[in-house]
Amino acid sequence: MKKLSARRRHPLAAVVVLLLALATTGMVYAAFVPTRDAKADETAQSLTIEEGKKLYAVGCASCHGTGGQGSSDGPSLVGVGAAAVDFQVGTGRMPAATSQGAQVPKKKKVYTQAEIDQLAAFIASLGAGPSVPTEAQYGPEGADIAKGGDLFRNNCAQCHNFTGKGGALTHGKYAPDLESVDPKHIYEAMQTGPQNMPSFPDTTLSEQNKKDIIAYLNAVNGDETVNPGGLELGGLGPVSEGLFAWIFGLGALIAVAVWVAARTAKAKKS
Amino acid sequence: MSTTTNSASRSREKAPAGEKIADWADGRLGIYTLAKANMRKIFPDHWSFMLGEVALYSFIIIILTGVYLTLFFHPSMNEVEYHGSYVPMQGQLMSEAFKSTLDISFEVRGGLLIRQIHHWAALIFLAAMFVHMMRVFFTGAFRKPREINWLFGFLLFVLGMFTGFTGYSLPDDLLSGTGVRFTQGAILATPIVGTYISMFLFGGEFPGDDFVARFYSIHILLLPGIMLGLVVAHLILVFFHKHTQFAGPGKTNKNVVGMPLLPVYMAKAGGFFFLVFGVIAVISAVAQINPVWAIGPYRPDQVSTGAQPDWYMGFAEGLIRFFPGWEVNIWGHTLVLGVFIPLVLFGVVLAALALYPFIESWVTGDKREHHILDRPRNAPTRTALGVAWVTMYMITLVGGGNDLWATHLHLSINAITWFVRIFFFVGPVIAFILTKRICLGLQRRDKDKVLHGRETGIIKRLPHGEFIEVHEPLSQDALHTLTAHEQYKPVEIGPAVDENGVERKVKGSEKLRAKVSKAYFDEDAQIPKPTVEEYKEITSGHGHH
Repeated sequence: MKKLSARRRHPLAAVVVLLLALATTGMVYAAFVPTRDAKADETAQSLTIEEGKKLYAVGCASCHGTGGQGSSDGPSLVGVGAAAVDFQVGTGRMPAATSQGAQVPKKKKVYTQAEIDQLAAFIASLGAGPSVPTEAQYGPEGADIAKGGDLFRNNCAQCHNFTGKGGALTHGKYAPDLESVDPKHIYEAMQTGPQNMPSFPDTTLSEQNKKDIIAYLNAVNGDETVNPGGLELGGLGPVSEGLFAWIFGLGALIAVAVWVAARTAKAKKS
Repeated sequence: MSTTTNSASRSREKAPAGEKIADWADGRLGIYTLAKANMRKIFPDHWSFMLGEVALYSFIIIILTGVYLTLFFHPSMNEVEYHGSYVPMQGQLMSEAFKSTLDISFEVRGGLLIRQIHHWAALIFLAAMFVHMMRVFFTGAFRKPREINWLFGFLLFVLGMFTGFTGYSLPDDLLSGTGVRFTQGAILATPIVGTYISMFLFGGEFPGDDFVARFYSIHILLLPGIMLGLVVAHLILVFFHKHTQFAGPGKTNKNVVGMPLLPVYMAKAGGFFFLVFGVIAVISAVAQINPVWAIGPYRPDQVSTGAQPDWYMGFAEGLIRFFPGWEVNIWGHTLVLGVFIPLVLFGVVLAALALYPFIESWVTGDKREHHILDRPRNAPTRTALGVAWVTMYMITLVGGGNDLWATHLHLSINAITWFVRIFFFVGPVIAFILTKRICLGLQRRDKDKVLHGRETGIIKRLPHGEFIEVHEPLSQDALHTLTAHEQYKPVEIGPAVDENGVERKVKGSEKLRAKVSKAYFDEDAQIPKPTVEEYKEITSGHGHH
C-alpha cells in the first residue's frame, strides 16, 4: 500500500482511477444487464403478441370482442390462457362456423402452429391462465397406465365411454371420441375444460395424473392399440355386438340354412 | 324272437362286430323297436324349419364351450391384485372373478377364442330363438295341438334371456356390474317386496360379495338345467306332433311329405350342426366381443356412458330409458313408477306373445288340429298383430341404444327419446295397418293369378290394333297351393232367444268375441279366395273381358 499511496499524486493517477472506474462500471453493467440474446427474444415476444393481436382482430374479434372481453356470440377470453387457445384453434374447433349445432365440432385446423402460438401469446397477455404444456408433461415417460385407467373410469368414462370412444350428452351435445387425439390436446382439454367439459386443474388432477390418463388412452384407444379378440366393432359394446350377431351371425346362418335346404336327396325316377 | 335266436345261433361267429354290439344294446335298451318306430320318421323340407335347428346347435355349442370356461373361472368376489400379462391392468385391485376372466383371455390356451365362441353363440342362440318363434307365429304353427310346445319355446326364450344376463354378469366387469346395478334398481322398484328380494339376492347391501357365486350356480346349473329339460321336451313334442308343412299338392292335414330322418335328416342335421359351429367359430375368431380387459373391474363408484346390456335385454333397457322418471310418495313410501311401470310392461309385452295362441283359438273357436301352415298373407290380422309386436319390440331396442344413435347419426338424444316415446304407441298401429293392407294386396294378387294366370310379359297385337298381354294359366299344382287355405267366417252371437223362445241373456264375453272375430275375418279383413265356379266361368272363355 505504501508504494500506491506514494504515487497518489502522480500526474497519471487520475487517469488510472478513471480507467478503473470505467472498467468496473462496465463490468457491473455487463453482469446485470440482460444478455443480447435475451434482449432480442423479448422483442420477438412483443412482436409475437403484436402478430397474434392482428390475427385475433381478423379471425376472432367479431365474436370474442376486440379486446377479448367477449360478446353475445362468444365468451370472454381474458384469463383462459394459452392452453385453451392451443386446444380450441389447434383442433380446428375455433374459429367456429357462424351457425354451429349444439356443439362446436372438431374440424380441419385453419391456422398454422406458428399462428396458433401467436394467438395464444396474445390471449395469454390479456390475463394469466394455463400455458401450453410441454412434452415432458404429457409424454409417456414415467406414466402409470393402470393408474391412468382407474382415474379415467373415475373421472372421464361417464361421458367419454370406458375406453374414450365418446358418448352422447343432452340435446345433441356430445363427449367426442378420443381416438388419435394429440396427447397435448387431451392435456389442454383436461386443464381448460372446453365447451361442456368440466376442467380438471392441477389441484384436482395433478400433472402426474394427467400424464397417466393420457398414457392409458394411448394404450386402449390409440393408433397402436391391439385388439386381442379381433375386430373391435367400434368398441361400443353390446349394441354393435348385437347388430353384428344379427346381421353377420344369424344372417350367415340363415344363408347356410337356405343353401342346405335347397340341396336335398332326390327320389330316383323309376 | 325265437327265429332271431335260431338264426343268430347259427351265424354268431360270422356276425360283424357292429351287429354284435347292436344286439347287445338291443337286449338291454330295446333300441331296435325305438329305431324301427323313428328311423323312418318323415320331416318336411323348408329353410325356415331350420331356424330352430340353429338355436338348438348354438345351445349345444354354448354348453360345450361353457364347460371349458368353468375349468378356469373362479366365481369369487375376493379382492386380488392383478399381475398378469395385460399391462393396462397391472397392480389394479379387482375381484377374483374378473382376474380369472382376464387369465382365461390372456393366459389360458385357447381361452379367449372359447370365451368369444361362448358369447357370440349366446347372442346368436337368442337371435335364432327369436326368428324361430316368429316363423312359428307367422305361419300359425302354434295352433292346436302345438300350443304347449309354443309355451315351452317361449319359456326357453325367456330363460335364455336370464341365463345370458347371469352369464355376462359373471366377469364382474364395469359394464356388467352396471347391468347388475340396473337389475337391482328394478328389483328395488317393486313395491313392498323389492327391498327384501334385493337384500336376499345380494346377501345384504349391493353389491356385497355374494352375487357372482350365486349368479354362477344359477347360470351354469339351475337355468341351463331347466332349459335342457325344456329343449328335450320341445323336441319330443315335435316328434310326437310331427312337423308341420306348407300347403301343396299331395300334402294334407293328415300326412307329412318329406324325407326320412335316417339317412337324409341325420346327415343333413349332422352336417348343419358343423356348419353352424363353423360359422360361429369364424365369427369368434374374427370379431372381438365383450373385451372386459378394456372395460375394467367393477366398482360401484364408477360408471361409463354407452353401458348397454346384450341385445336380448335391450328391450328392458329401452323401456327404462324412454319412460319418464315418475315417482310418487304414498304414506312415506316412494314408489318409483319410472322403473316399476317399465318392469310391468316388460312382463305384459312378453306375456301377450306367450298367450297369443290361446287368444286366437278363442277368437276362431276352432278346436281342430292344424298341421298345414298358413302363408302369412292368408292370415292378415294375425300377421299384422305379429308385425305390430315386433315393431314395438324393435322400437324399445332403438330406445335402449338412444345414446349411440345420437352420437353416430348426429341427433339429439332427447329427440330420439321422444321419438321412441311416441312410436312405442304409434309405431305398432302404423305397422298393423300397413301389414294388413300389404297382406290383402298379396291375397288379391294371388286371386288374380289363379283366375287370370301368370303375366308372361308377352305383348300381342290383335288384328284390330288392340294390345293385350298374354296370361299363362297356372299349373294344377300351383292352383292348389294358392287356394288350399281355408277362410274363417266371423263368429255370430247366435239367436237371441233359446229353443223355447225365451229371451236368452247374451254374455259380455260373447259380444266381445263376436266383435273381435268380425275384425279378424270380416269381408274387409280378407279377400274371398276364388271359387271353382269363378275359375270355370273365366277359363271357359265366356267371362273373358
